[in-house]
Amino acid sequence: MIDYSKAKKVLEVEHLKQYFNVGKADEVRAVDDITFDVYQGETFGLVGESGSGKTTTGRAIIHLYEPTSGKIIFKGEDVSKLRSKAQKQRFRRDMQMIFQDPYASLNPRMKVKDIVAEGIDINHLAKNDADRTKQVEDLLETVGLNKDHSSRYPHEFSGGQRQRIGIARALAVQPEFIIADEPISALDVSIQAQVVNLLKRLQRERDLTYLFIAHDLSMVKYISDRIGVMHYGRMLEIASSDEIYAHPLHDYTASLLSAVPVPDPEYERARQQIPYDPSREFDGKPRQLVEIVPHHWVRASEDEIPMYKKRAQEHSRLVK
Amino acid sequence: MENSKNILEVRNLKINFNTYAGKVQAIRDVSFDLQKGETLAIVGESGSGKSVTTRSIMGLNAPNADIAGGTIMFKDQDLLKKTRKQMDEIRGRDIAEIFQDPMTSLDPTMKIGKQIAEPLVIHKGMKREKAMAQALEMMKLVGIENAEKRINDYPHQFSGGMRQRIVIAIALVNYPEILIADEPTTALDVTIQAQILDLMKELQTKTNTSIIFITHDLGVVAGMADRVAVMYAGKIVEYGTVDEIFYNPKHPYTWGLLNSMPTMDTSGTELPSIPGTPPDLLNPPKGDAFAARNKYALKIDTEQEPPFFKVSDTHYAATWLLDPHAPKVTPPDQIIERQKHFAKLTHETIHSNRGKHIEEEEQL
Repeated sequence: MIDYSKAKKVLEVEHLKQYFNVGKADEVRAVDDITFDVYQGETFGLVGESGSGKTTTGRAIIHLYEPTSGKIIFKGEDVSKLRSKAQKQRFRRDMQMIFQDPYASLNPRMKVKDIVAEGIDINHLAKNDADRTKQVEDLLETVGLNKDHSSRYPHEFSGGQRQRIGIARALAVQPEFIIADEPISALDVSIQAQVVNLLKRLQRERDLTYLFIAHDLSMVKYISDRIGVMHYGRMLEIASSDEIYAHPLHDYTASLLSAVPVPDPEYERARQQIPYDPSREFDGKPRQLVEIVPHHWVRASEDEIPMYKKRAQEHSRLVK
Repeated sequence: MENSKNILEVRNLKINFNTYAGKVQAIRDVSFDLQKGETLAIVGESGSGKSVTTRSIMGLNAPNADIAGGTIMFKDQDLLKKTRKQMDEIRGRDIAEIFQDPMTSLDPTMKIGKQIAEPLVIHKGMKREKAMAQALEMMKLVGIENAEKRINDYPHQFSGGMRQRIVIAIALVNYPEILIADEPTTALDVTIQAQILDLMKELQTKTNTSIIFITHDLGVVAGMADRVAVMYAGKIVEYGTVDEIFYNPKHPYTWGLLNSMPTMDTSGTELPSIPGTPPDLLNPPKGDAFAARNKYALKIDTEQEPPFFKVSDTHYAATWLLDPHAPKVTPPDQIIERQKHFAKLTHETIHSNRGKHIEEEEQL
C-alpha cells in the first residue's frame, strides 16, 4: 500500500477540458473540466462507460491532443509548455502507452526486434548493435517471451503474446509512467490474468506508475490502488479501490457497480440492479469534487455535501 | 429423440477446417443436449470451438469446413444432412441467432422496421402491412421507446444497446424454438449489458425459447445459464447445472477459469492464472489437450484422453483426476471455498425437499 501522506504527486491534471469541433454545432465535450492527481508508484484506475471520456483523458495526458483548456503537470512541468525538442523527447521517454488492440497497435511489416527497439533507436539508448540486441532480448525475457521471438513478425503471435510485445516496447525507453488503455479487454480470460500479473510484477520491479483505463470493473478493482469514475466527460467520484467498491457515495457509481456480473449463481439470482437517473447532473448547479471523507472525493454541489456526508457516516456506522 | 424434453441433440460432432497450413481439428467429438425452455451456456477461450459448434447448428460454417462426423438432431431430423435451401427455411424460423456485434449485424441501408418484418415476410409469406404491425409489436416488446416513430429509422440512429435490442427483435419475431446468442453483450457497457440480459430472460419466460448462450464471461454465465458446458481445444471438458459448475467444479481447466477472474473480493499480489496458451489444433496433442497447462496433470494425461466421469446425473467431467485410481489432489483454495458452499447448498435442498415431502404426507 502507498502512504499518501508521504507520496509524491507525479501527475497533476487540473481543470482539463478536451473539446472537439470547438464552436461548431457538433461540438463534443469529451472531457469537461476534470481534476485529479496520480501519485508516484500507484495504479490509478479510470473507469466509465464508452463515451465517458476515459480514453480521451489518457490521450490528452500523453499529449496526443492539445487540451482545450486546463493544465497537465507531469513531474512539475506543464506538458503543453514543453517547447524544446529535448524536453519533448524526455517527456515521451518518461511517459509511455500500452494500447487496447494488440492486433492494430503493432506494425505488421516490422520484426518484433525492430518494434521493440524503435524507442531505443530514437533515443539513442543503445551503444552499438550488440547492445541493442541484448536490450531487446532482455526486454522480451522480462515480459515472458524468448529471444528467438525477436526475428519474427507480429502475425506469428497470439493476442496475449502481442500484448506482451506492446508492453516490451513501452518498457524499452525505461519510462516512469505508463498509460494502459484497456490493455486486457481484447484478451481471453485465462490470458488476462497472465498480463495483469505481468503488469503488477513490472510495477514492483521498476517502480512504475500506472494510469489504468478499463471498463472491466472487477479487474480494475484488483489492479488499482485508487479509482476515478467518469461519466459524460466528468469525474464523479475518486477514492481508494476498496473504499469505492465497498462504499460508493455517488448514485452513478452505485448503479455501475450493481450492474457488474459476478461469477456466483446465487449472487446473480438475488441481484438487484440500481437504476440511475442522470438528469440531476444537468440541473445547472455548479459542482466540483469535494472531499467528503478523507481521500474520498465526490462531485457535488454545495447543497448536496451534507447528503453525501450523511451517506458516508451511515456507511461507517454499518462497518462498526 | 432419446429424451422427449430435448429439443436439440448434438452427437459426436467432428468438424475440420482445411487450410493452407493443413487440417485444423476445430471440433473434436462434441455431444450435448438442449432442453425445451432452458438456457445452456457454452464457455471457453477463443479458438475452443464454441462459435463453430453453433454455426454448424445454423448451417453457417465457412466453405472450407469439413463435417467429419456426427449428427445434430432437431425435430427428428439431422440438420447436417439438410441442403442449403432447406437450412434457409429453418434458419430465422425455427432457429435464430443474435450476433456479437450490433454495429455490423444490421443492414445500414434498410429501415429497422423492415429489417424486423423481413423474417415474417420470408418465412410466413406475410403481407407487408401485417408484418410491419407485428414488427411494431416486437419493437415494443424489446423495449424500444417511441416505437411508432422509430420504426422508420435507420440503424445508425440508434445506440449500441438499442441496436442489440433490434437484433433481438429480428431473431425473436418468428418465435423460434432455439435462440443462439453468440457473445450478445460483449460489445456493450456493463449497465447496458445488464438491461439486455434482463430482457433476454424476460422474453424467454414469455416465449419458452431454448437459448444457447456463448460467452467467455463467467459472471454473465452465472446470471443467465441453467446448465453450463465448458469447452477446451474443440472438446467439452465438463458440463453440469450452473450450481454444479460454479460451486462444485471438477475439471482443472474449470478451476483455472474460475480462479483467473478476479471477483470484487480478490486481492493479493498474484492473480491465479492458467499458464501457457491453448494447443494448436493443426496437431492436437496426444492425450488430454489441457495437460501441458495443467499443474494437476497425471502421467496418463499425456498418453490417453480422459473419458467423461460421472459426478452426478447432470454433471460430468473429462479428467483423469476423477478416476478411482487417481491420486487425491487438493484443488486451489478458492475452489475449496466454492465446494464448501456447494455442500451447504445441497444440504439445504435435501432438507427443504424432505420438508416438502412431510407436508405432502400431511395433506394426504
